[in-house]
Amino acid sequence: MMTDLYQSQRAMRQMRRQAMQRGVVAILDVGSSKIACLVLRFDGTGRLSEDNTIGSMAGQTGFRVIGAATTRSRGVQFGEVTAMQETERAIRTALQAAQKMADIRVDHVIASFSGANPRSYGLDAQVDLEGQVVTEAEVGRVLNACDVPDYGAGREVLHAQPVNFALDNRSGLIDPRGQMGQSLAVDMHMLTVDATAIQNIVRCIKRCDLELAGIANSAYVSGVSALVEDEQELGAACIDMGGGTTSVSIFMKKHMIYADCVRMGGDHVTSDISMGLGIPASVAERIKTFNGGVHATGADDRDLIDIGGDTGDWEHDRRTVSRAELIGIMRPRVEEILEEVRVRLDAAGFEHMPSQQIVLTGGGSQIMGLDGLATRILGQRVRLGRPLRVHGLPQSATGPGFSSAVGLSLFAAHPQDEWWDFEIPVDTYAARPFKRAVRWFRDNW
Amino acid sequence: MRPLKATRAPVVHRPKPLSGPDADFASGARTGAEPKLRLRGVFNRKGDRFDPAPSRLSYRLQRWMLTPGIRRGLKIGLPILAVCAAVGIYFGAQERRDAVVAYVMDIKTSIQQRPEFMVNLMAIDGAGTNLSEDIREVVPLDFPISSWDLDVEQIRDTITGLNPVKSATVRVRPGGILQVDVVERQPVIVWRTRNGIELLDETGAHVKRISSRKDHANLPLIAGKGADGHVGEALALLTTARSLGGRVRGLVRIGERRWDLVLDRGQRIMLPTERPVRALERVLAVNEVQDLLERDVAVVDMRLGQRPTIRMTKAASEDWWNTKVNVSSEQ
Repeated sequence: MMTDLYQSQRAMRQMRRQAMQRGVVAILDVGSSKIACLVLRFDGTGRLSEDNTIGSMAGQTGFRVIGAATTRSRGVQFGEVTAMQETERAIRTALQAAQKMADIRVDHVIASFSGANPRSYGLDAQVDLEGQVVTEAEVGRVLNACDVPDYGAGREVLHAQPVNFALDNRSGLIDPRGQMGQSLAVDMHMLTVDATAIQNIVRCIKRCDLELAGIANSAYVSGVSALVEDEQELGAACIDMGGGTTSVSIFMKKHMIYADCVRMGGDHVTSDISMGLGIPASVAERIKTFNGGVHATGADDRDLIDIGGDTGDWEHDRRTVSRAELIGIMRPRVEEILEEVRVRLDAAGFEHMPSQQIVLTGGGSQIMGLDGLATRILGQRVRLGRPLRVHGLPQSATGPGFSSAVGLSLFAAHPQDEWWDFEIPVDTYAARPFKRAVRWFRDNW
Repeated sequence: MRPLKATRAPVVHRPKPLSGPDADFASGARTGAEPKLRLRGVFNRKGDRFDPAPSRLSYRLQRWMLTPGIRRGLKIGLPILAVCAAVGIYFGAQERRDAVVAYVMDIKTSIQQRPEFMVNLMAIDGAGTNLSEDIREVVPLDFPISSWDLDVEQIRDTITGLNPVKSATVRVRPGGILQVDVVERQPVIVWRTRNGIELLDETGAHVKRISSRKDHANLPLIAGKGADGHVGEALALLTTARSLGGRVRGLVRIGERRWDLVLDRGQRIMLPTERPVRALERVLAVNEVQDLLERDVAVVDMRLGQRPTIRMTKAASEDWWNTKVNVSSEQ
């Protein structure tokens, strides 16, 4: 089964390489409340600015967004596909609009989704080197030596990233290749998700005549785009408050070391408002967006909101609610979400991290006063994060709700080395003799 | 209190109107996703209104139309195809085709008939009167004629094809004159055959047929079948035989392979096939020393270089016989 996964992930890498060659790839963020599609054009290697510094684009200039579209998501709950036809239609809508804007046909898609019960595992292994020098084959060997925990049937490995290498007594190596030593140890972060969720997404994308060139967890990719470089280096948690789920990812030394998701999000706040005030969900969403908040002040008692209605009953259609009441409905739910996030962070041992930075992003993070509330629940160092700026991204797609889409673009441009990027050693590969001979030739000549 | 209606569009506060991709995105998010052609009212109207989604067919069609090859085909291939089809249909009918051809020919003729292109007369240089007349006869042009219709190459070939003409240049001179410059062949030898007497030039080419040898008494004479093919050799022989002066009557080609030099008094020098000039020189050397040709010799046979042979005249041999008989009887 591991070999199976290895093969399918390698096939996706191959597809991604093809897409890079063609120069156009679509980014698809399948969320519970919206589906965002960006079309990227890759035009050569990234250039640095004139004075040879990294510059404001952080070197992410290798690609350009040439098409962007969003549509309301359908058939997705808690970040998982529940109605495949609906989801397929939504993907088609977003993709068609983005293609139209880009004026080019896109065949390869890199997708991200948030739900499907992500679970993190820390793996480690140590091997004695065959030679003196760490080669790519040695790295593959040590990665393969990690003993994979029994993550259960019906689960699939989504990410398996080496986060740390240690050579003899030296730890914290990012890239040990070419270095001398006796024994090589690796720490690997493995993220598993429900296999059915992946299969559903893959199937939806296949039904849209597209080739899947990569798949990522949105907790990871939103962390990639919302955390700035030093936060990723020193350690930070990214909390992506989406519609159906709130994803949590912890970064350290520029690697994700933990990811989890809380199955609550902005949609639950909306449904609370809808239920509490007896209004349709669309009106509740609008009221939440324009008037919502989590800190009630004295002025909010006098700020009345027309919640309307369409029944023909004069009294019913002229109901009003004060903003304080609205906040009173929203706040417990937001608190609950943040408490749940706190629990997940505690479970991950976030308090032992050297830096306790927390970054809130995602569409839900736009609730007014959320940072104040989060400070009280999660800790002092909380900020609101917006995605990194990338070339050609329309102004309207730079909000925090697009951090996972933008992160996925960065992921597409500069994917992190994963386990399957290294060759499995021959003895476990169960290769045919001929292939082994070819390998021998390639290794020795 | 803030009035709020369910149908109110969200107000977006912008400091300035969006432009470029932002404008596209802002407008595209609202309307761009809607298909241009929608079968409204036929299939679930309500669902369409809330969640616009392209049908599978329109999605595929749009993707198809965004494919670079198809786009190029439609942008370039289709117009070309349309033009080809239109032209093809127009020229499908014979009368329209003829009309177009006639129209084009009309224009062509009107241009060609302009006075700038007309040729009015033919000037022939380097040819005698007879030859000029011959040339005018073989090149029947009725002037004025357009220079477009003149095939100068072909006229030159025709003129060069005439026997007395060695080479010719033909060109249209400014002023509407067809200039023909002719170099005539110069006769160097007379060739007598059974059919008559002809003049040949140094290459053996036929120049002219003449009625009498007397008209060209200054030219040497050759005879025999195939002699015209070896005029150069004949001239070399005659040059060698210059010392014989007026005694030389001519050269006869024997069996299409070798020469006989015929002198007066019926004398004949039979020359070999190979290197006849050398053989003749030998005879002339002997003649110089021993006056061979002054004697009663009928034939000097040089055909075998190893063994030159002399045949005496009949009278001389009889004389010789008589002398021998007298001498023997006296003894």
